[in-house]
Amino acid sequence: MSHFLDRLTFFRRLPDTFSDGHGITTHEDRRWEDGYRKRWQHDKIVRSTHGANCTGSCSWKIYVKGGIVTWETQQTDYPRTRPELPNHEPRGCSRGASYSWYLYSGNRVKYPLVRSRLLRLWREARAMRMPVAAWASIVEDPKKRAAYTSKRGLGGFVRATWDEVTEIIAAANAYTVKQYGPDRVVGFSPIPAMSMVSYAAGSRYLSLLGGVCMSFYDWYCDLPPSSPQTWGEQTDVPESADWYNSGFLILWGSNVPQTRTPDAHFYTEARYRGAKSVVICPDYSEASKFADLWISVKQGTDSALAMAMGHVILREFYLDRQAQYFEDYVRQYTDMPMLVRLTKQGDRLLPDRLLRACDFADGLGETNNPEWKTVAFDAISKGAVVPAGSVGFRWGEKGKWNLEQKDSDGRDTSLRLTLAGATNELADVDFPYFGNREHDAFKGSDHPSVLTRKVPTKRVTLKDGETLVATVFDLFVANYGLDRGFGGEHVAKSYDENTPYTPAWAEGITGVPRDQIVTVAREFALNAEKTKGRSMVIIGAAMNHWYHSDMNYRGVINMLVMCGCVGQSGGGWSHYVGQEKLRPQSGWLPLAFALDWSRPPRQQNSTSFFYAHTNQWRYETLGIDEILSPTAPAGPWDGALIDYNVRAERMGWLPSAPQLKQNPLVVAKNIAAMGVEAKDYVAEALKSGELQLSCEDPDHPANWPRNLFVWRSNLLGSSAKGHEYFLKHLLGTNHGVQGKDLGETGRKKPKEVTWHDRGPQGKLDLLATLDFRMSTTCVYSDIVLPTATWYEKNDLNTSDMHPFIHPLTAAVDPVWECKSDWDIYKAIARQFSKVAPEVLGVEKDVVLTPILHDTPAEIAQALDVKEWKKGEVEPIPGKTMPAVTLVERDYPNLYKRFTALGPLMSKLGNGGKGMTWNTEHEVDLLKRINGTVIDEGATKGLAKIETDIDATEVILTLAPETNGEVAVKAWDALSMMTGRDHKHLALSKEDEKIRFRDVVAQPRKIISSPIWSGLESEKVCYSAGYTNVHELIPWRTLTGRQQLYQDHLWMRAFGEALCVYRPPVDLKAVKPVIDAKPNGEKQIVLNFITPHQKWGIHSTYTDNLLMLTLSRGGPIVWISETDARKAGIADNDWIEAYNTNGALVARAVVSQRVKIGMCMMYHAQEKIVNVPGSEITGQRGGIHNSVTRTVVKPTHMIGGYAQQSYGFNYYGTIGTNRDEFVIIRKMTKVDWLDKPNDDQPAHLALMPRTEAAE
Amino acid sequence: MRDAVNHIVFGWYPYLCLTVFVVGSWFRFDREQYTWRSGSSQLLRRRQLIWGSNLLHVGILVIFLGHFFGLLTPIRLFDALGISHSLKQWMAIVVGGVAGITCFIGLTLLVHRRLFDARIRATSSFGDVAILLLIYAQLFLGLATIFISLDHLDGAEMVKFMTWAQGILTLQPGVAALIADAHPIFKAHLFLGMTLFLVFPFTRLVHVWSAPVWYLGRRGYQVVRSARSAKIAARGTNTLSAE
Repeated sequence: MSHFLDRLTFFRRLPDTFSDGHGITTHEDRRWEDGYRKRWQHDKIVRSTHGANCTGSCSWKIYVKGGIVTWETQQTDYPRTRPELPNHEPRGCSRGASYSWYLYSGNRVKYPLVRSRLLRLWREARAMRMPVAAWASIVEDPKKRAAYTSKRGLGGFVRATWDEVTEIIAAANAYTVKQYGPDRVVGFSPIPAMSMVSYAAGSRYLSLLGGVCMSFYDWYCDLPPSSPQTWGEQTDVPESADWYNSGFLILWGSNVPQTRTPDAHFYTEARYRGAKSVVICPDYSEASKFADLWISVKQGTDSALAMAMGHVILREFYLDRQAQYFEDYVRQYTDMPMLVRLTKQGDRLLPDRLLRACDFADGLGETNNPEWKTVAFDAISKGAVVPAGSVGFRWGEKGKWNLEQKDSDGRDTSLRLTLAGATNELADVDFPYFGNREHDAFKGSDHPSVLTRKVPTKRVTLKDGETLVATVFDLFVANYGLDRGFGGEHVAKSYDENTPYTPAWAEGITGVPRDQIVTVAREFALNAEKTKGRSMVIIGAAMNHWYHSDMNYRGVINMLVMCGCVGQSGGGWSHYVGQEKLRPQSGWLPLAFALDWSRPPRQQNSTSFFYAHTNQWRYETLGIDEILSPTAPAGPWDGALIDYNVRAERMGWLPSAPQLKQNPLVVAKNIAAMGVEAKDYVAEALKSGELQLSCEDPDHPANWPRNLFVWRSNLLGSSAKGHEYFLKHLLGTNHGVQGKDLGETGRKKPKEVTWHDRGPQGKLDLLATLDFRMSTTCVYSDIVLPTATWYEKNDLNTSDMHPFIHPLTAAVDPVWECKSDWDIYKAIARQFSKVAPEVLGVEKDVVLTPILHDTPAEIAQALDVKEWKKGEVEPIPGKTMPAVTLVERDYPNLYKRFTALGPLMSKLGNGGKGMTWNTEHEVDLLKRINGTVIDEGATKGLAKIETDIDATEVILTLAPETNGEVAVKAWDALSMMTGRDHKHLALSKEDEKIRFRDVVAQPRKIISSPIWSGLESEKVCYSAGYTNVHELIPWRTLTGRQQLYQDHLWMRAFGEALCVYRPPVDLKAVKPVIDAKPNGEKQIVLNFITPHQKWGIHSTYTDNLLMLTLSRGGPIVWISETDARKAGIADNDWIEAYNTNGALVARAVVSQRVKIGMCMMYHAQEKIVNVPGSEITGQRGGIHNSVTRTVVKPTHMIGGYAQQSYGFNYYGTIGTNRDEFVIIRKMTKVDWLDKPNDDQPAHLALMPRTEAAE
Repeated sequence: MRDAVNHIVFGWYPYLCLTVFVVGSWFRFDREQYTWRSGSSQLLRRRQLIWGSNLLHVGILVIFLGHFFGLLTPIRLFDALGISHSLKQWMAIVVGGVAGITCFIGLTLLVHRRLFDARIRATSSFGDVAILLLIYAQLFLGLATIFISLDHLDGAEMVKFMTWAQGILTLQPGVAALIADAHPIFKAHLFLGMTLFLVFPFTRLVHVWSAPVWYLGRRGYQVVRSARSAKIAARGTNTLSAE
């Protein structure tokens, strides 16, 4: 009754004693213990995970108590692995463990929010007008439009109802579709693997609308273009458990314990098992302490190091001694035996394209695609043969696309790797050298720009005369500068000679002692030789974010391929950057891009899009002459970077968004009126100039993107390279851009793009963001929609780090007025169908699609690059220009289509990566699982997709990875192409069907499918390239093999046919501003490095109080002690980093672990927490991307060329940012901008007032 | 008027303070068990705590016991024991002075630590700081009374306070008048002392009630706390004993 009264027990018997009075039994009140007991009591536990693009996909228990999510702990019930292999547990990290903080935090978005100025305008307009007319009246009046667009990022949000905000959005979309075309409505959402249904919700809406889905993997610079170049594969990597099978692990620019925390235990376990490990990274990272040897390489010079290691491997395992395993491997699995034409250009002899069957007078007997079949010399028949497996065999014929050591007639072959000894005709062949280019911060060597080396060649008679040819292997060895006894210059016998690419040479470039290079290379290869390929390189963003990342990567890939590691357990290339592995991909694609209703969808590569539409091209400082090869073949190599992009779009290499300057709905109407074929009309009209491509004039208002959706993303606070340019040109609000554009500085302007003297500011009519927290992107949006967290929705999640498919499950309903992404887009779709009839009905839409990888069209221009615009060739849709398709859009029925599985799945089937299979059976199954639509109308009788769980069932039922029956069908489809039986890989799982509730009960291991190159079985871990090597399935490249020689004209023009060392590019962002705004402090110029962090996953958790407490509670930049001393900076000082792109403020962390000459700002630290004003810009802080700018690379624009063909997130320009330099100085005044404008200090007085909600 | 104020402060106020002290403590013990703690800041920083806390506690316990016995022991008992008032006054000055200085050093360390250590300052409540400063002020006044007592070495003044205190506890009306002429510093010291009782239940001082004195007389080295509630357990033993 009373704690006090109950203690008044002085008359009670004395306590019992025992053990001779040494022990007593007491009967005191123990209710106080309940307090502690209740602290850990809960009502239920729900399984979910975090969709933060961390690749974790960890299983978490979410605890719910009284309807409130209270905390989370790690689940430990993964399916067991096999004996000898450690289990996957425990997965999780401190970031995931702090997630529940967000649900009820002050930063949670709780209600639909609208910029108050926009809402007032809308209500005024809507009072007298229909929705679309109301929207038109606002955005067509420049004053009204600017009233809210110019205030983005300055506060002023008010609550509105769901009905009202969805109506505004629907009206804006309908107006844009009608006025400019559906391809002006774009959406950015990344990494579907982290929450597939949420992604699909928005992309399904946009695809039904005809809108554009934007890529992310390339834009995030997670995509390594060297992977598609070498393997024809976006990215395929071993699961982390496979590290355990490795004997030698190199961690190269990857910080496993920090950025792959849940997987790091496999690294520890591999070390216990006896694996040797070398960590290569400039700073003393968390991974470094795992290493037997830490190699501190000068940042950005990794390719020099890799080339030197390759030099050692070639010398010791190929030349001085021939390792049998290596030779057999490269003969069968690489293009090394293939022949390359050598062409005279002036007095130079240059490696040209790969020799093709069509070069021979008789086509070597090939009639199907002879120009796409490569040729090699055979030691058995002693003549030129056409080995099976090249891309020419993939399309147009069946059964010969495999890696058996046979020629196309089925005769056994033994391909010759080298022509040395056989002919002894040595030729002087020229190779480009870039290591002599001047850069303030990177030391080069003074070797000439063209290195002439002797290569064994053979003269062959072709239909256009006699030509010298050489094998890829011989060119490859010559390129590495190895002396094979042929004499000549620029080759080395000893590692100590200073010749590219010896260890001594690399020591000068990278700062790594030569004996370390030799030892690591030797032991890496020796381990691979003894274990048949169990040497692995774990590689990451530190390497991949450089402008010349391809060279870093190809240098490493060369090492792995030379050592026969790719496709072997415990070996290969482990690129872990981004959660790209959407395991049930082919089940998800139809749902996500509405392929069940209309094909093709509109997809755009974001890097080129943002480069153009945030006008970063107007500030370009990198000239083509700075990156062009001294050995470039004759060609039109002038112009600017954007010119190359425009040419690529015109030739159908890269996608465009918007596509045509004219509204595609209007074009379609004209086509219908004329009664012509759409593709004929568009080709003709483009040629005549009647139609224009938008890319040729991105600043013309007709070509602006108008509506932008951002969901599952913090575009502006995280990935937007050139953040300040986004603010200035795309959003039209306050910005910190310090530099001047090409016009203002009088530099050379692009040729292919129309120049407007004033760059447009504020291209977007509407920016709508869905988020659960008030991120930087939300702060700049016009409409913010409150979405469900990862504990409030049902969804699916997969990762490349483990083979399980994992659910997100609603532990509680979305709090406040939040809705799941699926329900939000459903609500927008419903509203759109209501609003659209005001201006739209059933329409036809002209859709342009680039030439796509894994389709028969990928073999477009085999021998040369010809442009229709220049009159060199006719515009042929799908071959020399984008494909043209007429697609039907049923706008009034968009909502109905959104919520039902359309008829095309039964009619056209499903497929992926070049395979197709019938999927009628699965569609029927879905009708029974999800039920059918019973309402009268366009979708009656079709399978329903009403709820998020319905959507997951669509994915799981259609995908081979989660439906064994489909897996068997898929392997069957592949068997038809390869002529080999692969069905056995899935037969044992034919009856297995994984449903949503199954994965809720326990994460399930996926079923092996031909969509991926690894297997999931009881015998092997998932390892990339495994089926290529063990099932003899070709890589999806030109040669069908791992392609180390890139023979496309543009690759040769930019000097990257073979891997070379290329120093970082000079972006010249420092000099124009370094003395512009002195504050009296000393300054220092440092390379700006932005690795993945420890206290957050991208920008998520950087505003989470728990994680902020573990760090310094706000943005930080790490600098070395030496650099800090030079600039008079002490630890924890407020500093500013700036250049022409903008400025950011942060606290300095002064540490020995940082390499001199660089600073590290862990990327995506939000500017919404603890960020004062900048002395340079007068704006609040800035994020890491305030000092970066996107720079595109022409070789990433190549298309229509087998593996170098466009695919969404597969190939295309990437958003690099490591080559940037910043000026760092201590701040003299730290101003929090927390006073009314009038009280601001003078230097900040120009800062516009933030808005209060009115 | 002066009399009225004196009567309220030294006649009525003591009862208010004692009532709040007793009822408040009881109430808090019953209703707010989780707040019943000393609120140690040792976790945040050990520096200054060991010396500060020990000096404070040793000093203050001596002072407390001195006041308790000094004020509440019947005067007749002293007389019977033959302890003269003058000797008692001297004892109070010497023992109280030494303990007071000990306590003063400790408290100074703690006050400095609480106010100037950023982490502790940030985690301190208003009450944490206020009670510390209150005790500091009271100690200061207490030490100041020594100099006044040096003028009254006959102990007569002291006897007045003893009579007053015992009168209050034995509910004698009018005892306030006894100390109407006392030195203002004494009066302030008395007032602040009573105020300490008043605020006692609202501060961390409640830990005084839970001083582990019973530990000294403990029996048994292994303690088994029965899982059954105390009442049921009691009934159980009764039943057993009835058999």
